[in-house]
Amino acid sequence: MLKFKENIVLTTKNLTIGYLQKKQHKIVVSDINLSIKKGKLVTVLGKNGIGKSTLLRTISKVQKPISGTIFLNDKNLLTYSEKELSTKLSLVLTERLPESQLTVFEIIALGRQPYTNWIDKLSENDLKKINLAIEQTEIEHLKNNRFYELSDGQLQRVLIARALAQDTEIIILDEPTAHLDMHHTIKIFSLLKKLVSKTAKTILISSHEINLSIQLSDEIILLTDNKLYCGAPKKLIEENAFDYLFPKELISFNRTLQQFVVKKI
Amino acid sequence: MKYTSYKKHFIILLVLLVVFFLINISLGSVSIPLKDILNILTGSFNAKESWQTIIIDFRLPKSITAILVGSGLSICGLLMQTLFRNPLAGPFVLGISSGASLGVAILILGSGLFGGFFLSNSVSHWSLPIAASLGAFLVLSAVIIAANRVKNTMSILIIGLMFGSLTAAIISVLAYFSEASQIQQYLFWSFGSLGNLSWTELIVFSSIYSVAILGTTFLIKPLNSYLLGENYAKSLGINVKKSRNSILLITSILTGVITAFSGPIAFIGLAVPHIAKMLFATSNHKILLPAVAILGAITLLICDAIAQLPTSEFTLPINAITSLFGAPVVIWLLVRKKKIFV
Repeated sequence: MLKFKENIVLTTKNLTIGYLQKKQHKIVVSDINLSIKKGKLVTVLGKNGIGKSTLLRTISKVQKPISGTIFLNDKNLLTYSEKELSTKLSLVLTERLPESQLTVFEIIALGRQPYTNWIDKLSENDLKKINLAIEQTEIEHLKNNRFYELSDGQLQRVLIARALAQDTEIIILDEPTAHLDMHHTIKIFSLLKKLVSKTAKTILISSHEINLSIQLSDEIILLTDNKLYCGAPKKLIEENAFDYLFPKELISFNRTLQQFVVKKI
Repeated sequence: MKYTSYKKHFIILLVLLVVFFLINISLGSVSIPLKDILNILTGSFNAKESWQTIIIDFRLPKSITAILVGSGLSICGLLMQTLFRNPLAGPFVLGISSGASLGVAILILGSGLFGGFFLSNSVSHWSLPIAASLGAFLVLSAVIIAANRVKNTMSILIIGLMFGSLTAAIISVLAYFSEASQIQQYLFWSFGSLGNLSWTELIVFSSIYSVAILGTTFLIKPLNSYLLGENYAKSLGINVKKSRNSILLITSILTGVITAFSGPIAFIGLAVPHIAKMLFATSNHKILLPAVAILGAITLLICDAIAQLPTSEFTLPINAITSLFGAPVVIWLLVRKKKIFV
């Protein structure tokens, strides 16, 4: 049991998530008990509005849990200072970057802010980490471009590089393939998969790419209306968990194909 | 984050700053040869005594004021544009200068209303900046209190605009009940002026200015992280609320003290950051802050020179010149470059 625990980077205990609305708690998901292992690609799946983003936002301390606790390396998440947390957990968000003239290199370099001095001077080590992140995401050729010149797929790689440069144990990505075509979606997934195996970082993403997630994730957290399923894709398929993902009128999960198929309309 | 490539830009700007500083000092109703000006400035007092008085007591304080006001307002504009991620933001969006105006309006216009409590004759050299500072401080406190109650930074922008409208309304009411001579006196203050500062006032002004500028160097890191948006800034370990309050405080102190000593000077704070962003083609505040400061100083020195040129007897209101001269420049730059950055 103890040995098992050593591999765990993040756990939640009786976690209830939601938000405040008109001074009342609006509960989105309650009683979440998860443990996320080190060096895994974990995907949060669920239909629109089920609470994927709320879960990720709560785990990344953007919003507070309604009740329950989150432990990051056996320490309560709420007791981390912003500065401390920034060296443990980095983010790739769906929101658009504000307009500016930042170059790709500058965006990635901003990932080093938790480590730089008061005037943001980059040390040897900072430069090394930045260049490593650029190398790992294969964006060498974009280094001096301004970010507004990039395609959505390229920008996503830059933002992943920025999170890598931040050098944290966990990287959380909110729908990293939201605006991408099939080719670029697979490219991002395979990049994440490669990063997990090469860097031993834990990568937690939310996604609507169910078929890809089943094939490429190490673990899946599946949010359905009644229950939260968590485990390896194979295990969830055996449990018929995917049957509860969507209402059954239009699509259903085909176990032999391991993907959703459209019912005859 | 490469610094060497901007060296040339900065050298050119600094040379221009010195050139326009000298041009600014050499202009005025009495023409003084450049050689004598240099002599007086370097301390070898062998020029005419009247020239020395003109340079040391009038033109030098005015040129220094132009540099402080120009750079200060431009820095405030840059801070506001980054904080609010809005290219239309300037130093006056928080309503601070309206607060300063209110203070001055109550001092000048209120004398009629409050039955000679403030006598307009007794408006001394110091009472104007003190009234303006009090007004600015009042609005500053209100903005900071309000800012801590709203989560959304954009709301602060709107709250600032509302404070501006409120104070403008109060000033209108005051003006309605005032006599023509008082309204004229207030109007003259609102034209802005760089030339009324004594050395003592200049020392007070520049001390507060220096403290505020020193403060901005500690903001470079949070400002750069703001370029990614507040959520990313927070995830990079920046205390968003604390740095937001510091930005608001420094901007308020700077605009407050500038408005107090030179009146509300329009345009500079909004436009200079845009010109700097176009010239330097960067968003990095480590480069932009000094660039904006030097460019702002140069711009106001030029505007002040223009204000003195047409008739050597009189000087035009600086507030009119900054907009008359500057607005077309910005329009031209934008039409040519076609892209605007926050």
